[in-house]
Amino acid sequence: MEGRALTMQEHITNILIAGVGGQGVLLASELLSDAAFLSGSDVKKSEVHGMAQRGGVVTSHVRFGIRVYSPLIPSGQADVLLAFEEAEAKRWMYFVKTEGRIVINQKRLKPPVAFLKGFEYPADPVKDVKENHGHVLVVPATEIATTLGNPRTANMVLLGALSGYLEITDSLWENAIRNRVPAETVPVNLDAFHEGRKLTS
Amino acid sequence: MKQILSGNESVARGCYEYGVHIATAYPGTPSTEVLENIAKFPEINSEWCPNEKVAFEVAMGAAFEGARSIVVMKHVGLNVAADPFVSVSLIGAPGGLVVVSADDPGMHSSQNEQDNRFYAKFAGYPCIEPSDSQEAKEFIGQAFDISIRFDVPVLYRMTTRVCHSKGIVSCGERNECGIAGFFPNPQKFVVLPSHARLRRQWADDRLQKLMEFVETSDLNRIDDGNGDIGIITHGVTYQYVKEIIPDFPVFKCGITYPLPVEAIRKFAHDKKQLLIIEELEPFIESELKTAGIRCEGKKYWPHCGEMSPDTVTAGLILAGIRKAVKTVPVPEPVIPRPPVFCPGCPHRGVYYILSKLKARVCTDIGCYTLGALPPLNSGDTCVEMGASIGVAVGMAKARKTGRGIVATIGDSTFLHSGMTGLLNAVNDNAGITVIIMDNSITAMTGGQLHPGSGRHLNGSEAPKMQFAALCQALGCDRIKVIDPYEIKQTESVLKEALNSDELSVIITNRPCALYPHENRRLVRQAPFRVNEDQCIGCHACMRVSCPAVSESDNRTAKGKTKSHIDTVLCTGCSVCAQVCPVNAIERMSENNDFRKDP
Ligand SMILES: Cc1ncc(C[n+]2csc(CCOP(=O)(O)OP(=O)(O)O)c2C)c(N)n1
Repeated sequence: MEGRALTMQEHITNILIAGVGGQGVLLASELLSDAAFLSGSDVKKSEVHGMAQRGGVVTSHVRFGIRVYSPLIPSGQADVLLAFEEAEAKRWMYFVKTEGRIVINQKRLKPPVAFLKGFEYPADPVKDVKENHGHVLVVPATEIATTLGNPRTANMVLLGALSGYLEITDSLWENAIRNRVPAETVPVNLDAFHEGRKLTS
Repeated sequence: MKQILSGNESVARGCYEYGVHIATAYPGTPSTEVLENIAKFPEINSEWCPNEKVAFEVAMGAAFEGARSIVVMKHVGLNVAADPFVSVSLIGAPGGLVVVSADDPGMHSSQNEQDNRFYAKFAGYPCIEPSDSQEAKEFIGQAFDISIRFDVPVLYRMTTRVCHSKGIVSCGERNECGIAGFFPNPQKFVVLPSHARLRRQWADDRLQKLMEFVETSDLNRIDDGNGDIGIITHGVTYQYVKEIIPDFPVFKCGITYPLPVEAIRKFAHDKKQLLIIEELEPFIESELKTAGIRCEGKKYWPHCGEMSPDTVTAGLILAGIRKAVKTVPVPEPVIPRPPVFCPGCPHRGVYYILSKLKARVCTDIGCYTLGALPPLNSGDTCVEMGASIGVAVGMAKARKTGRGIVATIGDSTFLHSGMTGLLNAVNDNAGITVIIMDNSITAMTGGQLHPGSGRHLNGSEAPKMQFAALCQALGCDRIKVIDPYEIKQTESVLKEALNSDELSVIITNRPCALYPHENRRLVRQAPFRVNEDQCIGCHACMRVSCPAVSESDNRTAKGKTKSHIDTVLCTGCSVCAQVCPVNAIERMSENNDFRKDP
């Protein structure tokens, strides 16, 4: 990926994380806001719980900088969209700035209704995103996580990939992860995170 | 010490710091995490109640005894608690009573969008509205000060965005307060009409004093700015205003009832235009217009739906204050993801059969409402908690038979407000079928305990209410308990009940797969997989609507997509395997079960 890291002090950094219930979107956004908080920024984060957890669409807005008011990102203002699923990348790409970045997990989750007429899954969502945006990175997160020994840490691989675009130091990320995940799973989660980070830094 | 907290966590923190003694609630998105987090403080006695009315009454009794009490619910919960909420207005709340109402603009997880500020006006109570996490904590202290000083319950209005957004909060220590005890005073506490008439004037005087108080309260604030357009706003909308037009003078209402009318008149004095940017109804706007203050609000901003930075901008453009910018192209619609039953959900089998039997289904509020969505399409009516049984009885009356009419109701909903409906069905000899879906938890809101769960909020053992015994005591004599994982049994029991003219009660008894608070093995067994050599692509397994079952990339000779099971998601409930006509779905051996939680 070309381009310099986004500097957080000169403006508010807006990160939109999107996926499907059960993919670990909320843990990833929790860790991102923790890491931003540890770095001394003002932070706001917003998501909607409830029905979303039953296989529905899940999004989390994380914003940090010197002073953050709105917990929601104005549309067209996201610096990075971290999409845990290909069709979700397509759904939310309109939130991203023209010069913003889109990180897409190479994963398709067809909802159970996809076999019904009128609910067809898009033929190639990544292609659609690339036609609209210049800075797209596709990450085979599940594959990477599986190679590392646990497919469930795909969310950490993605978070790692996102981290390469942000000015938050490695040690703050590690602290954030250690503080939140169960002690016995810290090593697998850190491995996955670092593997993802390598992709963008 | 600074922490990053959600609005709900901040309210809980406020309860801790400002010495709250008693907390009660009935779960409801977006309010649920308030009590869950209060329960982490052993200093506060906290417990779920069967419904909001009971929760309110317990907190009210505690406040009569002089304890700082808080009761938490979602907006529609206040409809359930409306009787005590309004009735206590003539009594007061000597120990301090704060009523948290979490409204849901945008209806992210609710059946309506009511604006509960009207309840404050209706009952004559102050309405306090925090706009972020820091305020959600701090304002709790002020809410109790006001409640105690004016002997009045305070409506603490949160909204989804305030409840579920996180921000940085400075935290302090707990201020312990004493409990004064109950001072008997029948004229105050016993609302016989003769007493109540005397108290009516007292309540009116109290409102007058509150109106004077709010004029100088620091819950309201002015942010100076440039120009002669003044903005009046409240709650999270304030944050959007500051984001979009940081330089405008803003009057931020922390109390939206009663409004500091004179302070606002003064603020408006040197402004050319006064704009009210508020979420949902024109509440502030009509109060100000009634007071003769010239202002505009709903002319530019919608009165339905949730506000956002984008809607604030759109209104400013309409009002001619912002130039229209190049709009972001609206994306073409992407596949919807309607929420579905979780893998292993015990509701699946029941709705699969109801759908197959083409029953008339009066459903209720909970996870099981999702049975109304495609592909199950089984749910003809759903109104509010507890309505299912009454609606089914009404339909049966009009039809002169209860045959084929089913009321489906969750265990938590049944205890909340279904019992009286069933009592009425018994009394009416209604020939309907009532299915109580006992998954031993309140699942939709995130797995909260209820009186049938057998556990207290602090983890200790509680008496476990028995549904069959309860229904029997209510007068039902055709009661069957079934395992909803057993499709054949479920079908035969349902068929028999639907074809009968008697009132039948069917109780399902599998725990929730997502929150199995008792025995995890009951909802987690070795997963299944599809033997694609045998799969004929009939999609029968997809009609059970399970997130673990999807289309495979492979096709049959006739070009139909085969099925695929995600073995990480599959919980081994076997429902899909039972409906497969060619036995193509087989259980993997236990040692193939690699599902481990990281
Ligand atoms: C008056 C009211 N209070 C609270 C809620 C929030 N709420 C939605 S569903 C539900 C209960 C669901 O529990 P249950 O009936 O056991 O069904 P389950 O979700 O477990 O299937 C609650 C409390 C509501 N909609 N209305």
